[in-house]
Amino acid sequence: MPTPTASRPLLPSGLRLLNLGFGVWTVLVFIFLYLPILVLVAYSFNTSKLNIVWEGFTFRWYADLWSNVPITRALKNSLIIASFTTVAAVVIGTGGAWLLHRYRYRFSRTLQTLICVPMIMPEIVMGISLLVFFTVINLELGFLTVILAHVTFCFPFVLVAVQARLQGLDPALEEAALDLGASPLKAFWLVIVPCLRPAIISGALMAFTLSMDELIITVFTNGLGSATLPTVVYGMAKKGLNPMLNALSAIFILTTIAFVLFSSHLRKLSTR
Amino acid sequence: MIEIQAVTKRFGDYTAVNDINLHIKAGEFITLLGPSGCGKTTLLRMLSGFETPDEGLIRIGGEDVTHLAPYRRNVNQVFQSYALFPHMTVRENIGFGLRMQKVAAAEAAKRIEEVVALVALQGFEDRKPSQLSGGQRQRVALARAIVPRPSVLLLDEPLSALDAKLRGQMQIELKRLQKHLGMTFVFVTHDQEEALTMSDRIAVFNKGRLEQLGTATEIYHQPRTAFVADFIGEANLLPAEFVARTDTTVRVRIEGGLELNVSPAQWPAGLQRALVSVRPEKVHVSKKPVDCENVFEARVEEELFQGALDRLLLQFTGGTRLNAVVANESALLEAIHEGDRVWCGLHTDDLVVVRTE
Repeated sequence: MPTPTASRPLLPSGLRLLNLGFGVWTVLVFIFLYLPILVLVAYSFNTSKLNIVWEGFTFRWYADLWSNVPITRALKNSLIIASFTTVAAVVIGTGGAWLLHRYRYRFSRTLQTLICVPMIMPEIVMGISLLVFFTVINLELGFLTVILAHVTFCFPFVLVAVQARLQGLDPALEEAALDLGASPLKAFWLVIVPCLRPAIISGALMAFTLSMDELIITVFTNGLGSATLPTVVYGMAKKGLNPMLNALSAIFILTTIAFVLFSSHLRKLSTR
Repeated sequence: MIEIQAVTKRFGDYTAVNDINLHIKAGEFITLLGPSGCGKTTLLRMLSGFETPDEGLIRIGGEDVTHLAPYRRNVNQVFQSYALFPHMTVRENIGFGLRMQKVAAAEAAKRIEEVVALVALQGFEDRKPSQLSGGQRQRVALARAIVPRPSVLLLDEPLSALDAKLRGQMQIELKRLQKHLGMTFVFVTHDQEEALTMSDRIAVFNKGRLEQLGTATEIYHQPRTAFVADFIGEANLLPAEFVARTDTTVRVRIEGGLELNVSPAQWPAGLQRALVSVRPEKVHVSKKPVDCENVFEARVEEELFQGALDRLLLQFTGGTRLNAVVANESALLEAIHEGDRVWCGLHTDDLVVVRTE
C-alpha cells in the first residue's frame, strides 16, 4: 500500500536493477535523438567547410546564408505560402468544425472520415493526384497551386483541434448569446470563437509548421517562381553538404522550440 | 401575457409535450413543475425559441412567436448551467444583451450599474466568471437576463447547482426580485418545495401532459390526479370503492374492509372506484380516542424520530397501512412507540378523492 506521503509507490527492490537498465536505455534514446542535432548546431559555427574536424568559431555561414539569394528568396516564398495556408486552414477548419458540431447531417460520419484522410494519406499519392488535378483543370503551377495543396492537408489539423475543444464547450453558451439578441453569426463570432481561441491558435501553429516543412507535395505542385525553402535545401543537400545548411537547420530548430514554448504558454494562459 | 394553445412537440416517436394549453398572466410567477422528462424544459425551450412546436400556437404579448427565432424574441432565459461567457468580465456579460440591442454606452453603463446593485454584485464588475462563487455566477446570469428588460424571464432550474442553504436564500431573493420588477417569471423545476415557496401558480406536468394548474394551496390541498397528490408533498393513496350515499356523507370501502366517510362534494354521483388521498400530517394519532368523523384503531408498526417530527407507519385491522407525521410537541406528554395501540382519526374534509387512470 502506498504511504500517505507518497502518492505513487516506490519501485520494488527486485526491479531496481531493471530500473537501472531502463535508465541507461532512456539516456541512450535521448542521445540518439538529440546528439546529431547538437552536433549540427555546433558545426554551424565551425570554420571548416567539412563536418569532420573543428577548426574554429565563426558566424560566416550565417552571413553567407543571409546573402544567398536562392535561399532568402525561398524563405520568402515559404513564409508567404505558410501564411496564406494558415489563414485559409484556420478559416476552413474552424468553420467546418463548428458546422459539423452544431448541425446534424445525413452523412456526417462519412464526411468526418473523408476530411481526416489527407492527414494520413501518403504524401506521394497526394502530390501526384493534386498535380493531375491541377493539370486537368489547367491551372498554372505556382504559388496558388502550392497554397491550395498545403491547405488541403493542413486544415484537417485545425478542424480536429477545434472539434476537441467544442466537445467540452457548454451548448448553452451559444443559446445564451442568441437569447440575448445575437444573430447566429454574431453568437459564433463574439462567443464561440473566443472560447475556441486556444484550439485555433494551436491548430494555426500546427498548420504553419506543416506548411513550412512540407517537401514532397510541394515538389509536385510548385512552379518556377515558387520554390520553397525545403525544396531548395533538398536540392542543395543533393549537391553536397554545406555548412550553410547547418546554420539554416540551427535557425529552424531555434524557431521551432520558440513556437512550442509559445503555444504551451498560450495553453497555460487559456486554462487559467 | 403568454398564450400556449394546443402545443405538441415530438422527438421522433417520443412525444415530449402533448397538447398543452396554458395562459400565463402578466406579472405572474408561474412554475412548471414535474419529474425529469415530463416536458417542462421542452415547453420552456419553445418559449425561448430553441425548439419549434410541431403543432399549436404560442403568443407572447399578443404576438405570434411560434416560429420566431430566439434572437428576435423579447424574452430572456437564465440557464441551468448559467452559460456565462468565460472570456468576458461580469460587466461585459451583463452588458451583452444591451450591446446586441445597440443601447448607447452611457445608458447601458447606467442600467448595468443599477442591475449590479439590484443583485448585490458591486465590486465584482471586472472579474471573470471563473473568479466567482456559484452563488455569484447565478446572480450574474440573472442580471444578464433581466437587464435588457424582457417581457418574460424564463428560468431553467437556476438553483439546482447551489447548496441547500444558498438555494433557500435565493428562492426568497428571486421572489422579491420578481415582485420588485413586476416581470413575468416562468420558472422550471423538479423540486416541489421550491415550486410551493415561490410560485403564484404552479403547472404540474407528467409525461408531456399538464396534470393540474393552480395556486400552491390548490395544488397541495386539492390535487386532481393521483400523480399530483403523490408528487406534491407526500400522500397516502387508498384505493376505495363506493358503498352508500347520504346528503352529508359518502361511505366508501377501502382495501382491508375499513369504511371511510368522505365529503359528497368530493365524490361525484355514479363514481364507483377512485383513490382517496390523505396527507400524513392530516392523520391524527393519539393514545386516547380522537374526535373525528373517521376513527380507527391501529398499531404502530414503525416509528422514525426526525427531530421536530415523528414519522409513524400505522397498520389497521385488515392490513391497510398509513403513513402519519405527528409533531413532537413534548417528549414526555404522549410518547408513541413501536408496537403501541393507538387511535387514528381522519377528518372528512382532509380526504381528497382523486381519479384513478
